[in-house]
Amino acid sequence: MEPALRERIESLLKSSRVLLFMKGNKMFPQCGFSAQVVGLLKETGVQFETHNIMADAEIRQGLKEYSNWPTFPQLYVNGELVGGCDIVNELSASGELSKIVGAAH
Amino acid sequence: MIDARDVKQLLLTAFPDAQVELEDLTGTQDHYQAVVVSAAFEGQTSVQQHRLVYQALNDAMKGPIHALALRTYTPSSYAKQGNH
Repeated sequence: MEPALRERIESLLKSSRVLLFMKGNKMFPQCGFSAQVVGLLKETGVQFETHNIMADAEIRQGLKEYSNWPTFPQLYVNGELVGGCDIVNELSASGELSKIVGAAH
Repeated sequence: MIDARDVKQLLLTAFPDAQVELEDLTGTQDHYQAVVVSAAFEGQTSVQQHRLVYQALNDAMKGPIHALALRTYTPSSYAKQGNH
């Protein structure tokens, strides 16, 4: 990966403690899986930011390689990949999600 | 698009011990749901387990499969959560 792109990803990850890379945005998710994760994050009451990969082809491709994860949405807390839609669903069901996003600082 | 049998074969090649349940969610051979139970997931986090599955599917994830709903279990965690 180009160093400039890697830097861009890393600075994005540093910009928000809880960051969701998704299709669309919080208000208008453009994919059912992205919408689900937005809904689950809202339930936790935590503040989170989203990044629309539909409007950012460079990040869309680069992040797949950076995280070794081929699909979106991707949820990051403190710069670490927490998972995609399925994992976030499991974490929400087990009550761990609010701990993971809440305990971050 | 990719045939369900081919998806299953890719998974079984990577995880020879696996129990694989695969469902074509839309009937269009590009939206699948997979449950994979394998001892290969022992000691791995969920993120690592899903990465192993994505790696097994490799090129199939780069176009032929548009969406994959995925659940991974070790044999013991699968026994604990019961059948479905």
